[in-house]
Amino acid sequence: MMRSASARQQSVRIRGGGTKLSWGRPTDLPDIEVSTEGLDQIVEHNEGDLTAVLQAGTPLARVQEALAEADQMVALDPPLGETGGATIGGVVSTADSGPLRHRYGAARDVILGITVVLSDGKIAKAGGKVIKNVAGYDLAKLFTGSYGTLGLIVEVVMRLHPRSRETMTAVGGSDDPRALGDAASVVAHSPFGPECLDVWWAEGQGEVLARFGGAAPEAAAKEVAKLMERAGLETRMVADDDALWERQRARQRSSDDPIVRVSGLAAELPRVVRSAEEVGASLVGRAGLGLAWLTLAGGDGREVVSGIEKLRRSLHPFPCVVFDAPQAVREKVDVWGEAQALSLTRRVKARFDPDGICNPGIFVGGI
Amino acid sequence: MPAPITATSDRCLALVERRVASFVVIDAGLVERLRAISGHTHVLTDEHELRTYESDGLRHYRSPPAVAVLPGSTEEVRDIVRACHEAKVPWVARGAGTGLSGGAIPVEDGVLIVLTRLNRILEVDLDNQRVVVEPCVTNTAISKAVGPTHFYPPDPSSQIVSTIGGNVAENSGGLHCFKYGFTTNYVTGLEIVLSDGEVVTVGGKELDHPGYDLVGVFVGSEGTLGVATKVTLRVTPEAAAHQTMVGYFDSIEQAGRAVTDIVGAGIVPAAIEIMDKLTIEATEHWTHAGYPLDVGAALIVELDGSEAECEARSADVMAIYERNGTTSTRVAQDDDERALIWKARKAAFAAMGYVSPYYYVQDGVIPRTRLAEILEQIDGLSEEYGFKVANVFHAGDGNLHPLVCFDARNPGESERAEELAGRIVLACVEAGGSITGEHGVGLDKKHLMTDMFSEHDLAAFQRLRCAFDPDQLANPGKVMPTPRLCGEVPGPYRKHPLEQAGVAERL
Repeated sequence: MMRSASARQQSVRIRGGGTKLSWGRPTDLPDIEVSTEGLDQIVEHNEGDLTAVLQAGTPLARVQEALAEADQMVALDPPLGETGGATIGGVVSTADSGPLRHRYGAARDVILGITVVLSDGKIAKAGGKVIKNVAGYDLAKLFTGSYGTLGLIVEVVMRLHPRSRETMTAVGGSDDPRALGDAASVVAHSPFGPECLDVWWAEGQGEVLARFGGAAPEAAAKEVAKLMERAGLETRMVADDDALWERQRARQRSSDDPIVRVSGLAAELPRVVRSAEEVGASLVGRAGLGLAWLTLAGGDGREVVSGIEKLRRSLHPFPCVVFDAPQAVREKVDVWGEAQALSLTRRVKARFDPDGICNPGIFVGGI
Repeated sequence: MPAPITATSDRCLALVERRVASFVVIDAGLVERLRAISGHTHVLTDEHELRTYESDGLRHYRSPPAVAVLPGSTEEVRDIVRACHEAKVPWVARGAGTGLSGGAIPVEDGVLIVLTRLNRILEVDLDNQRVVVEPCVTNTAISKAVGPTHFYPPDPSSQIVSTIGGNVAENSGGLHCFKYGFTTNYVTGLEIVLSDGEVVTVGGKELDHPGYDLVGVFVGSEGTLGVATKVTLRVTPEAAAHQTMVGYFDSIEQAGRAVTDIVGAGIVPAAIEIMDKLTIEATEHWTHAGYPLDVGAALIVELDGSEAECEARSADVMAIYERNGTTSTRVAQDDDERALIWKARKAAFAAMGYVSPYYYVQDGVIPRTRLAEILEQIDGLSEEYGFKVANVFHAGDGNLHPLVCFDARNPGESERAEELAGRIVLACVEAGGSITGEHGVGLDKKHLMTDMFSEHDLAAFQRLRCAFDPDQLANPGKVMPTPRLCGEVPGPYRKHPLEQAGVAERL
């Protein structure tokens, strides 16, 4: 299919679960849409080796369900992964992530190997099926987050982690962004190592959440709750905490309001909260990693565009990327903002997709 | 400590012979330019000075550069690389030279960029858990700079001397990577001088910069995509508690089964290592760490986390040791004992000199569950070749380091030892593993790349290489098994002179 598209110079868009179709720059309608729906097999689950080979179109929820039988998981919990039909290929190609990122890293950190179809139809693989391997270039990382602009991901090998049977979340609330920032910082630097460390802020108040798993979640959660209290937060402990974390994930997405993802620094959380307030946005974030997703109310109006621009100015030089925005907004702002090493980036694109048929126009710099 | 001497082989001998004729006169104009950039004292052209740099940790490859230059800043590196680009002269960047795959072996007619003067820690930003360093800061210095509250997890055994630049090039692992990951999981930003002299910044202290993950592809690219002049690293808080416990077993298979049970129980130790009988003998001779000599294998497990977590998990691990027939166990009572237990493991390669005058260090990876059958194959090969093979094993991630013991004074033994080591790594690949887990491909293993990757896979690698370095001046002749040209993209087809001569083929 790719070969014939290439011969005819037809543009190709790749579609997985269709949960992120509004991401990236607005593009012309592609000549061909390739669906990964038929690539939906869990090819291998190597329980003892903590690896799984997955076809790109496999819904993440189905993967997790199968792995859970062995008390294992792919440590990726992006929004719409559990309920919305997001596929492993879509999550990898957009590098989407969720709260588990605090402990386990992003897709780039748990991907071990990849098989891709390049624009000329050639099938290539990189990496391997073992959790440690340095042979050859790490093309799995190159394709992770490349939005289908370099070729079609058909199969990935993922590293697995044990799934915690019991969890406990320490929650601390406050109406003072500085107190939330202090608490998050103390927890992030504590030796207790939570699995997830999140924050949210909306309408003048917010919470820090620290989730623990492993053999003794309660003891660690109690210690961390004490740290939060000392930072001036009002704390509670939640044992049945799945809903709490599903809500955190849900706050990263929006059906009609634009989301601005801020790549900031952990210690700057209070500043990011203030900037969010200035434009009337709510916030959810990975408190230990400096990542925050801001939801700007107001749909596709002019205020939204100026709100995005204002955020970019006040948070400079932190990268601010726009997601879930209506077409009208995406036409007025560059959703990606400024990109680094653009000429090198263009050379990479040109080598992998010389005819420019793979998802043209969607990526940074109009790639 | 006697210096262990590594193997020579036909391939290496060819290099050694070539060396005699290799002090070629490099373009005098280029040398002058290098002197103008870095100063007279930092440009070396004398044979005796260049010998220092003729090999890296894999000493059987030797090839001095035509000229070595020691830049003192990013700008100097940029100007040197630019001068090489204009003169179309290949170059190799080098740190401490502890690599074990010949990745830092100079190109004989080329320039060696020795980065040892770029050794400053530029910033320690503990609030954000980041450090920014120049490439020749040592691995250990990072942990020192952020301790005792924080540490930098990737810890190759060479960490006291090996540099971050080298760790980035090789994507170094270490003892703690089963739980904490590799260098690639800790590099968040890089300043890179590309082979045309352009200086690019990719990533930073922040995560998720928009664009391709160029940080991710650069780490582990073995010096072939450019040279890193600044590295931003993530550091992590020290755990509240550690618990180190050794289980001794009659056989390495039993120890392997215990590892399977530990992983199966959902336990993720900070480190999990196996040493076999021969390795224990060697390390005990040197470190006197108190390992018994009458056991078949030692399994070292280190847990970390909260006190309660360590306590609960260590009871689980002890029960698993018992269930798998441990003959005795040892639990570190304090930090000193913990350090002693690890001292033996970290000294494993060096201590092998006590067992054998010569040895060959192999680095292969298997899916961990195939351990028993691979060990059987290694035993069989060991018998077939008549060489002892010691085994040290990062048990959690399936990374084997068989050490082939031989005596190079006996004619033909070196070649046969290297052949045996090669067959071990092929067995790893056949079991679904990899030709290298942490030492890299470099010069040493490029001929094995075709055992792991197809022509199409290698062609995809070449696309990346050509995007970064179309003239292939950065560390040429490493990683990729056969030299290939990049060609122009896009644009009309023109035959390269080397292509016309039939020396290289186009993709």
